[in-house]
Amino acid sequence: MMPFTTLTGIAAPLLRANVDTDLIIPKQFLTTLVRSGLGRHLFDELRHDPEGREVPDFVLNREPYRNATILLSGPNFGCGSSREHAPWALLDFGIRCVVAPSFADIFFNNCFSNGVLPVVLPAETIARLAAEAGPLTVDLSTQTVSGSGCGFRFEIEAARKAALLEGMDEIKRSEANLSEIEAYETRRRVEAPWLAVGGC
Amino acid sequence: MSPRTLYDKIWDEHLVATRADGTSLIYIDRHLVHEVTSPQAFEGLVLAGRALRRPGNILSVADHNVPTADREKGIRDETCRLQVEALEANVKAHGVPYIPLLDDRQGIVHVVGPEQGFTLPGTTVVCGDSHTSTHGAFGALAFGIGTSEVEHVMATQTLPQRRSKNLRVRFDGALPPGTGAKDMALRLIGQIGTAGGTGCVMEYTGSAVRGLSLEGRMTLCNMSIEGGARAGLVAPDDTTFAYVAGRPLAPKGALWDAAVAHWRTLTSDPEAAFDQEVVVDLRGLAPQVTWGTSPQWVTDITGRVPDPAQARTADERDAILRALEYMGLEPGTPMEAIGIQVAFIGSCTNGRIEDLREAALVARGRKVAQGVRALVVPGSGLVKKQAEAEGLDRIFLEAGFEWRQPGCSMCLGMNEDRLEAGVRCASTSNRNFEGRQGRGSRTHLVSPAMAAAAAVTGHFTDVRRMLEN
Repeated sequence: MMPFTTLTGIAAPLLRANVDTDLIIPKQFLTTLVRSGLGRHLFDELRHDPEGREVPDFVLNREPYRNATILLSGPNFGCGSSREHAPWALLDFGIRCVVAPSFADIFFNNCFSNGVLPVVLPAETIARLAAEAGPLTVDLSTQTVSGSGCGFRFEIEAARKAALLEGMDEIKRSEANLSEIEAYETRRRVEAPWLAVGGC
Repeated sequence: MSPRTLYDKIWDEHLVATRADGTSLIYIDRHLVHEVTSPQAFEGLVLAGRALRRPGNILSVADHNVPTADREKGIRDETCRLQVEALEANVKAHGVPYIPLLDDRQGIVHVVGPEQGFTLPGTTVVCGDSHTSTHGAFGALAFGIGTSEVEHVMATQTLPQRRSKNLRVRFDGALPPGTGAKDMALRLIGQIGTAGGTGCVMEYTGSAVRGLSLEGRMTLCNMSIEGGARAGLVAPDDTTFAYVAGRPLAPKGALWDAAVAHWRTLTSDPEAAFDQEVVVDLRGLAPQVTWGTSPQWVTDITGRVPDPAQARTADERDAILRALEYMGLEPGTPMEAIGIQVAFIGSCTNGRIEDLREAALVARGRKVAQGVRALVVPGSGLVKKQAEAEGLDRIFLEAGFEWRQPGCSMCLGMNEDRLEAGVRCASTSNRNFEGRQGRGSRTHLVSPAMAAAAAVTGHFTDVRRMLEN
């Protein structure tokens, strides 16, 4: 996984609540067999009309937000489907950080699997960040988001922070617990023998 | 030992290791895999040179993008076909149990798992699908995961997890006639909001929950994710054991007896502390209908489309205005005055035999209203066979409903079963998000009985009146 340390870039405001993963990447793009290439379909139904033309009003179709690397949004961001295509689409578009008052659980986890930083800040703070004219800087090590005239600290679980800063391979990390996994399986075969499956 | 909740007990039983950073490694007993969220996981394993740790603990089936008519002729949409073929190639290469598309057991993962006895009480169940919460109906800790986590489970049979909070949902009173599990779920979500359960595992309690069949409990647990919860749970009881007994993958003989003895211990201790509690009063509960683009925007069938002017905040007013514009609804419109063009009965929420029986009861001897297209999509081939054995297919066909082959279908419209822009649908599925059933589609979530009622009258109708006659 790509590490996340600091990021300076344009922050696009999409200040609505409950942005769901169907909105982030509609179902017709889920038949892909790869992780890449979804950026052009990010927010497809908001960004493009039924004929595929750009909707001029939509934030990501306006300058300077076409080159946004940060997204500012409302509470419960990423609710709905578990599709990891949502952070893949954000990442492929170039967005590596989403700032929102709260996130839905599965999306939140999926961000960390892909080196995308979800930052939790109050709605009033996000409104102030959205009012900033220039780029924002997100610094994970100091846990701050700042603009030219303001700076805010955010909270993040220490384990999540360390994993992102290092770009840690989570599977490799769990493989380090192999002896415990084996011991668990041995114990469970005795304690819960009914769990053995024969397949179908 | 101090008193524990059901969630605590399942968690403790699956704890493999607690790591220095405070995260826990949890063992995963059962893994359901489908075509949409698995190809990148298999690819990742191959690229990293990793093997599947316990391929036998996986059950795989294609469901999301499969056709629900004429599937014997193959999948016409090329990208869908390639994805199903990729699943078939991957499961073959890695020795993963797979139910083929033309097999009677094929269906929606969350219908198939329980049906096959793959889902068992007290287990941990994951799937790259948010509605994995369905399996909580068995007292299994079941939750949706992303594709990277699918890969993680395939490689290690574990997942790093943080402990969730315990939220007890207590349903007070009995379910009034004409209402069911779907109405309970929608009422709860209307009460707590779509983020109300964030960070929590919800345990559903109360005599109305005890009185639900496993099918009803699955409907209730299925919608846990729409309330933002990581998972939903119903403590296993005799209803659960009767459902699981004799299923193809369920334990048999002495193993069954040992399993049931253990499963009986899987209840929250009377003194167990919950972090939060929500009480839902079922007295006077009417059939529920959503009016907006979030499952929390729901009202009684006797209610009206809300007036944005009465919103508590400016943000809420703007959100309601946007939803009403998208849905093409005027404030104050009685729900019963809203006409539909499509009725969809199916999905992992309401595609089981009981759901079809409930809908058939309303459809029997009636006709689908002019200008309405009504689809019934059984949740699995076995549900379809059972329904046909009971003559439900004939009831539906005679009433003018389409009787289709199993799959996720119009719940998310990855296959051809998609709504056109502006088309209004009474749907037994779980999400009414913008574009969910097709770009510009207008979804109203309802119970199977309410979807059937809307299909035959052409507009949302209080099914209680139809059941009286």
